[in-house]
Amino acid sequence: MKQLRRTMLFVPGNNPGMIKDAGIYGQDAIMFDLEDSVSLTEKDAARFLVYEALLTQDYNGKELVVRVNDPTTKCGVDDLEAMVRTQKVVIRLPKTESAEDVLVCEREIARIERENGIEEGSTRMMAAIESAAGVLNAKEIAFSSKRLIGIALGAEDYVTDLKTKRSPEGIELLFGRSMILLAARAAGIDAIDTVYSDVNNEEGFRKEVELIHQLGFDGKSIINPRQIQTVHDVYTPTQKEIDKALAVMDAIEEAHKKGSGVISLNGKMVDKPIVARAQRTLDLARAVGVLK
Amino acid sequence: MSEIRLEQIPHLDELGHLDRVFHPEDILKNSRTLREREKLNNKIVPSLEEAIRLSGLKNGMTVSFHHHFRNGDYIVNMVMDKLAEMGFKDLVLAASSLSDCHAPLIEHIKNGVIRRIETSGLRGKLADEISHGLMDVPVIFRSHGGRAYAIETGELPIDVAFLGAPSCDPYGNANGYSRDEEGGVMCGSMGYAKCDAQYAKKTVILTNHIVPYPNAPFGIPESDVDYIVEVPAIGDPAGIMSGATRFTKNPKELLIAETAANVIEGSGRFKDGFSIQMGSGGASLAVARFLREKMLRDHIKASFALGGITGSIVDLHEEGLIQKILDVQSFDLRAAESLKNNRFHQQISASYYASPSNEGTAVNQLDIVVLSALEVDCDYNVNVLTGSDGVIRGAIGGHPDTAYGASVAIVVCPLTRGRIPCVVDKVNTVVTPGKTVDVIVTDHGVAVNPRRKNLLKNIQDFGIPVCTIEELCEKARKIVGTPTPIEYTDKVVGVVTYRDGSVIDLIRQVKG
Amino acid sequence: MKIQQTAAAGTMESSDIMVTISPSSGNNIEIELDSTVEKQFGDDIRRTISETLSELGITDAKVQAVDKGALDCAIKARVKAAAYRACGEESYQWGGAGK
Repeated sequence: MKQLRRTMLFVPGNNPGMIKDAGIYGQDAIMFDLEDSVSLTEKDAARFLVYEALLTQDYNGKELVVRVNDPTTKCGVDDLEAMVRTQKVVIRLPKTESAEDVLVCEREIARIERENGIEEGSTRMMAAIESAAGVLNAKEIAFSSKRLIGIALGAEDYVTDLKTKRSPEGIELLFGRSMILLAARAAGIDAIDTVYSDVNNEEGFRKEVELIHQLGFDGKSIINPRQIQTVHDVYTPTQKEIDKALAVMDAIEEAHKKGSGVISLNGKMVDKPIVARAQRTLDLARAVGVLK
Repeated sequence: MSEIRLEQIPHLDELGHLDRVFHPEDILKNSRTLREREKLNNKIVPSLEEAIRLSGLKNGMTVSFHHHFRNGDYIVNMVMDKLAEMGFKDLVLAASSLSDCHAPLIEHIKNGVIRRIETSGLRGKLADEISHGLMDVPVIFRSHGGRAYAIETGELPIDVAFLGAPSCDPYGNANGYSRDEEGGVMCGSMGYAKCDAQYAKKTVILTNHIVPYPNAPFGIPESDVDYIVEVPAIGDPAGIMSGATRFTKNPKELLIAETAANVIEGSGRFKDGFSIQMGSGGASLAVARFLREKMLRDHIKASFALGGITGSIVDLHEEGLIQKILDVQSFDLRAAESLKNNRFHQQISASYYASPSNEGTAVNQLDIVVLSALEVDCDYNVNVLTGSDGVIRGAIGGHPDTAYGASVAIVVCPLTRGRIPCVVDKVNTVVTPGKTVDVIVTDHGVAVNPRRKNLLKNIQDFGIPVCTIEELCEKARKIVGTPTPIEYTDKVVGVVTYRDGSVIDLIRQVKG
Repeated sequence: MKIQQTAAAGTMESSDIMVTISPSSGNNIEIELDSTVEKQFGDDIRRTISETLSELGITDAKVQAVDKGALDCAIKARVKAAAYRACGEESYQWGGAGK
């Protein structure tokens, strides 16, 4: 079954209380942050804390991600040294601008794997794109490494780079989102949308989730557990969609039985994209538990 | 008018005390105005000392208090200081509950003014000292219903009740608010004080606010009041109640609340006309918010909400989602104001609320209650009285009463508080027996009492994942480790009674 | 490692522990603990602190800890952070999840 990445909850890396409770919510993934939420003087403390937590805490099988610091710095390399050794996490590279950024990080990871007898290539990566240059290089970034499971948009730095700011409608993000989505799809990896920081604006949040769902994103980074349910609601196929997909599958079976190469449903031909969409709807419905 | 001769009345001996004939000169018609009468003939006495003297209080007797002023209460300390000053000894202090602010009682215990205590709960320094062996005679803990029952049955006879009231007229009609004037101190319902006033041999009202007759509506009627003392202040408004109990933003509490609301929906009791009680803790308070959405969506209305009332219950009432409110204790200003202004927000006594003497008691009409807990154990027993360090730090309140009465008793608590496990093998102190507790909702999962097979099935069929209480207990142990058992001496410092007065557990002195 | 100076790690927030490590006067580990869960976990916490120090090869330190109900993993992390800082050491050793 496909790994769901509808919701990836940010957890500040130097907060023991939040790290303790990070697993109790219904989100698909936990992203422990060693980067922007940790002050420069506490980088070491946060690294020890996330490391010890990863080794001992039970996060109920959720996907675990760690956002590390710039791997061209000692701090970033120290992060990788600790996190790769846990063999439990996906490394999220921040502020990715080029394929080379990914490769620098990958080389460090590979070295650490080799030095510690960890299967080379087993550590997966995500790249967050947070600048104009990064967006323009989205395709080469997405194709840069087999370790990549997805690319993500980091909008706060990106809009600053664009010399604008975020609007409720998100028109300024449309190009970046589209680039990242296309690059991810072309490379066959996931596309994860940026955070929505106004936790109290539930309506604005829902609209944004509906938008990115419509664009085709696999999910969204979130900063508060209260946002989880909204994303999951939007990403859960409706009964109508499920019924339609099931009907498509029945039609295929019917055609196979008849030995017919042409599949038709209600008098209309069912072509390949329709089948693929139906299959995806059913996969998602099963994954979220609305279809047994 | 013929001349009356009593012996003309047939069967006179059967008709009771017909032993006098009316003479007009025996009565005196009072032609003064209402305001003049109020000043001249009333129950107001010049001082607390005078009221105490008039009450006939003697050494060894029982004095009672209510806790509607919570941690802002001045009455208990004020009266006990005066009793100490007047030289009283060996008194029994029977309060509906005691708080942090009652630490000065420690001195009165040491000096022999107070011989023993009855209460629903203890907190702060007083609780700490008592846990460490301050008193010779153990404290008796009673639930709100249990206390009302003990008073009614004479198990807990009250000699003099000293009841603080935010308003009182010259004849003793007292209430937790006043319709006559805005402002002043407010506590809303006087539910716990009502039984005391009714059953005490003498009742003294202490008020900072004497209002003109009639102080209607009244929580305590003048017929239950003997003396009134005007005092400069009865409590600290900030400690008595907060403006509005704030809706929690804590994601963990919201998670628990949302799960609890789902459990209610899936319990099979979420039907038009259902009845409910919700506590004042962060999570149980937030249940109301989540339930509201479901009620609006499914066009379901509650017939009544019971108990300690908060603003979030009032919101639902004013929105038409809860038809009536039965209020034994108002938790916030919003609740107190609603009691004053909303016709179907009814003040009730502790007896009406929860006494086991009466089959019609309000708790017995509950479909659902949402309760909090300090600890729950694998037998579903709940502790709301002692902390994991063995020290008393809470109050029984209406916990065992509502758990017994409600068809579905849901306990909400985090699996761990910091490093303290809240689901354990054995609770430190059993306050509410597991037989009456049906569902435990934590941030790590839901457990349903195996005694309730249908309820379990309903909740599972609704799609809520359910685990066993043992699994929750094990999970807690995995997260925090195994605590070192608390060391106690043999000395019993507290006796926990169940609502019928039977002894359900003993609290022992904590070592060290 | 050898303690060179006084250094601290952690905060006074709930579920955290503030660990301060200084050079000790004698040749031993001295632990002064103030914990909200002293009765239930005091001994466990002291054991975790000394085991963590001994893993780091530190035999000689004065530790002051103010605990607000931290889990074992947080205690270890704070002790390690404080110890590395107190030793002025930035070349970190990681055990990892094992092979």
